[in-house]
Amino acid sequence: MAKIATREAYGAALAELGEKYENVVVLDADLSQSTKTNEFKKKFPDRFFNIGISEQDLMGTAAGLATCGKIPFASTFAMFATGRAFEQIRNSIAYPKLNVKIAATHAGITIGEDGASHQAIEDMALMRAVPNMTIVNPADALSTRKAIEAAILHKGPMYIRLGRLGVPEVYKENIDFQIGKGILLEEGKDVTIIACGFMVHIALEASSMLKEEGISAEVIDMHTIKPIDEEIIINSARKTRAVVTAEEHNIIGGLGGAVAEVLCEKYPVPMVRVGIKDVFGQSGKPMELVELYGIRPKDVVAAAKKAIAKK
Amino acid sequence: MDNKTLEQLKEKANIIRKDIITMLAEAKSGHPGGSLSAVEILTYLYFKEMNVDPSNPQWPDRDRFVLSKGHGAPVLYSTLAEKGYFPKEELMKLRKTGAMLQGHPDMKDTPGVDMSTGSLGQGLSASNGMALAGKIDNKNYRVYALLGDGEMQEGQVWEAAMTAAHYKLDNLTVFIDNNGLQIDGTNEDVKNVNPIEEKWKAFGWHVITIDGHDLQHIEMAVEEAKNTKGKPTAIIAKTVKGKGVSFMENQVGWHGVAPNEEQKEKALKELEVRI
Repeated sequence: MAKIATREAYGAALAELGEKYENVVVLDADLSQSTKTNEFKKKFPDRFFNIGISEQDLMGTAAGLATCGKIPFASTFAMFATGRAFEQIRNSIAYPKLNVKIAATHAGITIGEDGASHQAIEDMALMRAVPNMTIVNPADALSTRKAIEAAILHKGPMYIRLGRLGVPEVYKENIDFQIGKGILLEEGKDVTIIACGFMVHIALEASSMLKEEGISAEVIDMHTIKPIDEEIIINSARKTRAVVTAEEHNIIGGLGGAVAEVLCEKYPVPMVRVGIKDVFGQSGKPMELVELYGIRPKDVVAAAKKAIAKK
Repeated sequence: MDNKTLEQLKEKANIIRKDIITMLAEAKSGHPGGSLSAVEILTYLYFKEMNVDPSNPQWPDRDRFVLSKGHGAPVLYSTLAEKGYFPKEELMKLRKTGAMLQGHPDMKDTPGVDMSTGSLGQGLSASNGMALAGKIDNKNYRVYALLGDGEMQEGQVWEAAMTAAHYKLDNLTVFIDNNGLQIDGTNEDVKNVNPIEEKWKAFGWHVITIDGHDLQHIEMAVEEAKNTKGKPTAIIAKTVKGKGVSFMENQVGWHGVAPNEEQKEKALKELEVRI
């Protein structure tokens, strides 16, 4: 099975959906070949704006377009979208609640060789702390396609986190993708693994490994990090009484943080977070970095056992 | 414009100045200096130039105005109230808890505010977005933005200046409220923004320099901007910070301090004589 990066699925979705939704416009900051917005540009050159290497202006221009009823998708790497232009996102987009979709690619360490300067591991934490912001991190090509259409139909600011690296299919067809609703991928009784984005297929692999050891894991694709689906978390925690989160992001402030906030306040159970352990990344082959920073299936397996042991 | 129109506009400017003083004194905080310096610019735009409908503030074909120097909110609010967007009583609630009129413009809640601003340097990018939307949709509306001169120290202004020229946004006109002062002192002392004209020209803009308190100058510049095709226009408006109130004029200290009761009375008395 060919692996498809979520950024590629994003580019294809834009080009496809641009036909149906005439108010969609796309802006990029000189990275359209990498973010794949060039697919949209080829089909709709009059609705594509290259803003050049100026991410603050990118976000502000998108905001202005949104005030006039357009649905702008503003794309660049996750690092520059949320880091360089944080305050423009906060003050020009989120505070006025403008209908801008920030579709940021190359998130996390799996961008690989470019190194720490380009590896956004704090983007979801930054976006989570901003009121009015919705955050989506799809797991594969099909869920990305669904997420992009959901984003077009959703009114308000949204951060869509996408990856550079090809990922295996998690979904084949008929996925019921609703913003704010996690998807139960596998039912289990001993431990719950809640994952997002790149880590969803890793979580499924971990679940298979656990099964071989007689441990039954429940796997949830938490594609929406904000607003987080409290119901699915609590229902699953009630059943398994042990939770693991898995994200290609700092363990501070992202999915693990969001799930911990829900569990601590509403249904405390033992919990272990898998993710980047509050350190910067480095250059390297993506899968070597996945190993080095401890976000492999076996790391999720170890975390699951640790959570179960604390019950 | 004819003499009658000129007199009417001067009368409006005077009312707006008095409202700025009164609302700031009531709020006990806010920015008088940079509000008073921009009175003629907003008066001209809202009472002579812009195609707007206060009873339908979201009208898609309206001209837009973005106050990029968002701390000038009092001049925008008093202009919008005078134009009929909301009752003047709102002015007296400026900056108070629960009020519609926030310290800096909030488009969600205030009719007539086309963009939320306050953090400097962001308004021109939003104006570009509005102008681009007008181009895509073949609409005839125009977009006006007002920037401070100190605000030009923000890098995003120049990112946006480059974008506007690149996309040939001739439906966009920027005013620079060039009063020469910012919080910590003169522009020259804090970080020199001069030469302003040459900078905008170098970025591909049509540039006009005027006396920003002369309504006829403003009219000529706006007409010239409308007739300039293929590039955006920057109007450098030479202004006096605190214009119209003798003890505030050209005083750095009046950037972000509200007048007390005594100062308010003194200012209003001065403004009895129209400038």
